[in-house]
Amino acid sequence: MKKFPRISNLKSKISAILCIFLGVMSFSSLASEGTFLHVSFDPTRELYEEINKAFLKEWKNKKGNDFAIQQSHGGSGKQARAVIDGLDADVVSLALSYDIDSISTKSGLIDANWQKKLPNNSVPYYSTIVFLVRKSNPKKIKDWDDIVKPGISIITPNPKTSGGARWNYLAAYGFAKRKYKSDEKATEFIKALFKNTSVLDTGARGSTTTFVQRGIGDVLITWENEAKLSLDEEKRSGKNTLEVVYPSESIKAETPVAVVTKTATEKGNLEKATAYLEFLYSKEGQSIIAKHFFRPTDAAVSKASAKEFPNIKLFSLSDLGETWDSAQKKHFADAGVFDAIYKTK
Amino acid sequence: MLIETRPYKKLHFGISLGLTVFYSSAVVVIPLLGLFFHSLGIGVSGILEVFADERIRSALFLSFSVGFISALINLFVGFLFAWVLVRYNFPFKKLLDTLIDLPFTLPTAVAGIALTTIYSQNGIIGSFFDKWGIKIAYTPIGIVIALVFIGFPFVVRTVQPVIEELPKELEESARCLGATPFQTFYKVLLPELWPSLLAGTGMAFARSIGEYGSVVFISGNIPGKTEILPLLIVTKLEQYEYEKATSIALVMLLTSFVFMFLINLLQERASKKLS
Repeated sequence: MKKFPRISNLKSKISAILCIFLGVMSFSSLASEGTFLHVSFDPTRELYEEINKAFLKEWKNKKGNDFAIQQSHGGSGKQARAVIDGLDADVVSLALSYDIDSISTKSGLIDANWQKKLPNNSVPYYSTIVFLVRKSNPKKIKDWDDIVKPGISIITPNPKTSGGARWNYLAAYGFAKRKYKSDEKATEFIKALFKNTSVLDTGARGSTTTFVQRGIGDVLITWENEAKLSLDEEKRSGKNTLEVVYPSESIKAETPVAVVTKTATEKGNLEKATAYLEFLYSKEGQSIIAKHFFRPTDAAVSKASAKEFPNIKLFSLSDLGETWDSAQKKHFADAGVFDAIYKTK
Repeated sequence: MLIETRPYKKLHFGISLGLTVFYSSAVVVIPLLGLFFHSLGIGVSGILEVFADERIRSALFLSFSVGFISALINLFVGFLFAWVLVRYNFPFKKLLDTLIDLPFTLPTAVAGIALTTIYSQNGIIGSFFDKWGIKIAYTPIGIVIALVFIGFPFVVRTVQPVIEELPKELEESARCLGATPFQTFYKVLLPELWPSLLAGTGMAFARSIGEYGSVVFISGNIPGKTEILPLLIVTKLEQYEYEKATSIALVMLLTSFVFMFLINLLQERASKKLS
């Protein structure tokens, strides 16, 4: 009688499977050792593609060797969570300092004083929140006051799921707080704003799609770079249906960067990581940043690109007397102001 | 001499069972236990407290009600598809048969974006309904459409083989004994089919309440109106509230499990009755 399958055969099969398994394991661990990983948020994809190329060129000129930079993009909060959960990033660039703080406090991978390590509180570039409206502005939207009027349909992402949307929210809140000088009035203002909101996408890009491609809504609250990118894309496809409106004042949306010290040290990438982030502050880095519609922090470069970035009044989070921690607790945490907006009773 | 048709030895059984147990614990049991213990961090009262929130309750209600409606639609649509595919011959039948699996293979986000494009105010179908003042995208109707899309292969693929294997004699004798076509269908065919219909619908339902990718694009995500439970899980994760997130997940998981279990029981009873 035949024995099927033969034991020796089976043994060799098992060992073959084991070999493949071990091979894959060792390959993947090797791969992670030699790489340099930059974890960033969504709208910076094109920006960092260009930054990486320029930086590597400079690195090769100085040090004579080459390496590859890997990029990972996603929602800011999601990216922070991935790093906390063990994604071995060497540097992070996120939409809010709150997310980097979270990595620091929850995992200890980033030093607590990370904001002091690079110029300008580790913020190499920033942006602001503006309006995108339909061509020739049929609803006559000029400022924040106009969008809370009844009958206006607003598109903005959900601040609970999108880091960028928290800037949108705080821009509106800050405007009202500065104008009416009262927290209550500002909360009322925010309530009216979200009452007018017809679609809350989970991310900024989703909101842009809803507004531009689907034609929903009268006004999109969005980052300046995202608005300019939409105009740019329309220009390229020969369409002309949108217009950017700058409100009288808006928030300074500061997007920080940090070296993930512990991971970078373990991977032997600390020097590269520091040089990489410092490159963002260089003349070359800053002009690439301006080209991608983020506002540069370098005085000379921002003067040269002043035409691109209208000079509107910008207030920062600290001007509102808030830190990210307090703003998070007050507005976006469970049972915060944002939750209260949608309470029916 | 007896011919050994299944000459597998005890050793083979040991190895295959070992692999099965290892695989199912590594892939299913351990991660789910992790989920379970993570939520226990806030205790049963903590889990209940999560559901005291009005927003979560309304999302719970929405997720289960749209899931139920779409499963019901899938029951009929899926059955119709399966019936047509088995009983009739027509051009491009193979093509249609292949198309049915598409919702399984397509990333659900792609499905969501595609459906939103078609059903939004300026989309091909959406603009037609918009004239009548009916909005589809960004309302619960849109969510139901997305769920019908991702759920109907479950029904088709579970019922199809059963219809294929129905003996011809069954219908022939029914007709010979004087049953009308409807009676034949209702009294002879349906009792054979309904265990599989139930199974397919149950799977479609369980899938529906957990569906995230396609729904977030078409629903508009307005709290209390079109916000679904999986979105709230993501929301909690964004706020680093892992325990709350896993508690919602746990409740969904338990409900789905109970539901599937009940369906399995019903199915077993039905098939016992038949034999």
